Amino acid sequence: MADQKTLAEPGTGGEAPYRRMMRPMEGRLLGGVAQGLAAQLKLDPVVIRLMFVLLSVVDGVGMVAYAVLWMVTPREPYEGPQPQRDWSQLSAFTAIGVALAAFGWLTGASAGGIGMLPFAVGGIGALILWQQADPERRRSWMSGATLSIRKNRVRTVLGVGLVVIGAAGFLYSQGELAQARPGMLFTVVVVGGLAVIAAPWLAGLWKELQLERRERIRQEERAEVAAMVHDSVLHTLTLIQRVAHDSREVTRLARSQERELRNWLYQPAQDADATVAAAVRRIAAEEEDAHGVPIEVVCVGDVPFDSGGRLAAMMKAARQAMVNAAKYSESDSISVYAEVEGEEVAVFVKDRGKGFDLDAVPLDRMGIRESIIGRMERHGGSARIRTEPGEGTEVMLTMKVERE
Amino acid sequence: MTRVLIVDDHRLFRSGVRAELGDSIEVVGEAEDVESAVKAIAELQPDVVLLDVHMPGGGGQEVLRRVLGAGSTVRFLALSVSDAAEDVIGVIRGGARGYVTKNISGKELTDAVRRVAEGDAVFSPRLAGFVLDAFASSEAPSIDPELDSLTQREREVLRLIARGYAYKEIAKELFISVKTVETHVSSVLRKLQLSNRHELSRWATARRLV
Repeated sequence: MADQKTLAEPGTGGEAPYRRMMRPMEGRLLGGVAQGLAAQLKLDPVVIRLMFVLLSVVDGVGMVAYAVLWMVTPREPYEGPQPQRDWSQLSAFTAIGVALAAFGWLTGASAGGIGMLPFAVGGIGALILWQQADPERRRSWMSGATLSIRKNRVRTVLGVGLVVIGAAGFLYSQGELAQARPGMLFTVVVVGGLAVIAAPWLAGLWKELQLERRERIRQEERAEVAAMVHDSVLHTLTLIQRVAHDSREVTRLARSQERELRNWLYQPAQDADATVAAAVRRIAAEEEDAHGVPIEVVCVGDVPFDSGGRLAAMMKAARQAMVNAAKYSESDSISVYAEVEGEEVAVFVKDRGKGFDLDAVPLDRMGIRESIIGRMERHGGSARIRTEPGEGTEVMLTMKVERE
Repeated sequence: MTRVLIVDDHRLFRSGVRAELGDSIEVVGEAEDVESAVKAIAELQPDVVLLDVHMPGGGGQEVLRRVLGAGSTVRFLALSVSDAAEDVIGVIRGGARGYVTKNISGKELTDAVRRVAEGDAVFSPRLAGFVLDAFASSEAPSIDPELDSLTQREREVLRLIARGYAYKEIAKELFISVKTVETHVSSVLRKLQLSNRHELSRWATARRLV
C-alpha cells in the first residue's frame, strides 16, 4: 500500500486545528484502524481491539465497523519499508474472537438474528473488494471519500441520514425491541465513527471558509486600489507628461489628483451637498480645477443646510467670490475659511493678488454687486469686501441660521 | 546661520527640501528613519529638525519621544503630506513647535524654520483651524481653565491665521506688534501641548479627514 503515501489531503495541510484520525503503519495488526482510533480517543489499542473482537462476535458488527473505518480513514504517511505485522498478537485476538463466537453460539447469547448477516457479508465483501482493487482505484476511492465529504456537505448529510434511516428500518423489520440492542449498537458505532471522522473536517471546513472570506475581502480591496490607481493616478501622470511644457496645467492636474487621492484615503464618504463644510470643499475643488489656482480650504464647525435656502444662496456667493479671485486677482493661491459658530456661518475668501478700487467698479459689473452683496442681503445675510490696489482682496460673508 | 537636519524617508523629498531652503539656512545632515534621526540629532546638535510624520520605526512621534524625553532642547518643525487631524495634533502634542505641509513654498518654509529656530511657533491655516475646532467643542467642564480654553485674543489671532493672514497682516489688523502675535501663537501652542483635555485627542481621532 506504499502507493498511498502520496495521498493528497487538501485543506488540512499541516495546520489543521484538530488532529485528524489516521491509520499508522507501525505496530498495526490488520489495517491500523484500531491503533488509529485508539490514538484519536486516547485509549490503549488493546481496548479498542478487544472491542472490535467483541462486536464482531455480536452479529459481526465489529467487522463491518472495522471495514468502514478502514475505508474512510487515510493512512499515515510512512517512509521506508513496511514494518512487519505482529502475527502472534493478531492470532491471539483471532483466537479470542473464535472462542467468544463459539461460546456465544453454544449459549445462544449472541442471538442477533439472521438479519445481521447481510451486514457482515457486505462488510467482508467490501473488504475483499478493497484488497483486490488496483492501487490507482484505491487511491481515487480514498481521496474520493475524503474529498467528497469535504466538498459536498449535502452528500454527507444525506449519507448520515441514510445510515440513520437504514438503522431505523432495520430495527423496524426486526419488530422486536428486545432484539434491538445489536442494531442500536451498530447505529451508534456507525454514527460515532462518522462523527469522529467528520468533526475535524467540519472544523477545517469552517476555518477554510473564514480564510477564504478574508482573502476575498482583501482581494476586493486590492482590486479597488488598483482600479483607483489606474483610473486616476496613472491617467493623471500620463496627462502631466503630455502637458509638461505648461507648468500651470501641470500644477492644476497634480493638485486635482492629490485632492482626489486624499479624499479617497482619509475622507469618509459624505454627501457633498448636505453640510456647509462639505459644500465649501466641493466648490473650492471645482473652481480650483476650472481655473488652475490652488484654493486652500479650512473649515471649523459644520452645520447642515437649512430648508429656507439661505445657506445655499451663501454658497453661491462664496463660489462667485472664489471665481473672481481666481480669474482677476492674479494671486498664486486663494485661502477660503468657513466657520460655523453658534448660529452664525461665516465664509472668508482671501487672495494676495493685485486688489482693486471698489468704488471704481462700474455699476454694470454684476459679479460683486449682484452675485455677492445683493444675493447675501436678499437672503438676510451680509457681505463685506476689503480691498485696495496692490493689497489683495478679502470677501467676508456672514449669515445667521437657526439650528434645526 | 540656522543649522537644520532633514528627517524624511523619501530621498527625493530630502534633496528637494535641501534645494528649496534659502541661503540663511545650512542643512547639516539628513536622516531617513527613527534610529538614524535620533543618532544624527545627538551628534550634530542642529538648531531645527525638519521632521516627517510618517516614517519606518514609529514615525516622527517616536523621534520626538526619544529625543525630547532624553532632555534635549532641539526644536522640531513637523513637515508632512498628511493633513489628518490625528497626525497634526499628535506631533504637536509630542513636542513639535509647528506643523507645515509638504506643499509649502520654499520661501514660506525658510520663514517657518527661522521662526521655530527663534523659539516661536508655526501655525499653518489648517493647524489653526484644527485648534479652533478642537477648543470650540468644549462643553465638558475643564480641569484647568487657564490651559483648557483660549482667550478672546488668541482666538482672534487663530481665526486670522486660518483666513490666510500672515503674522504681519494680523498685527496690522489687530493693532498689535508682530512680537505680540508670536506670543499669542506660542501661548496657544503651549496650551495645545499641555492641556489635559482628553477631548482634544478624542476630537482628533474622531475627525479623520483632511
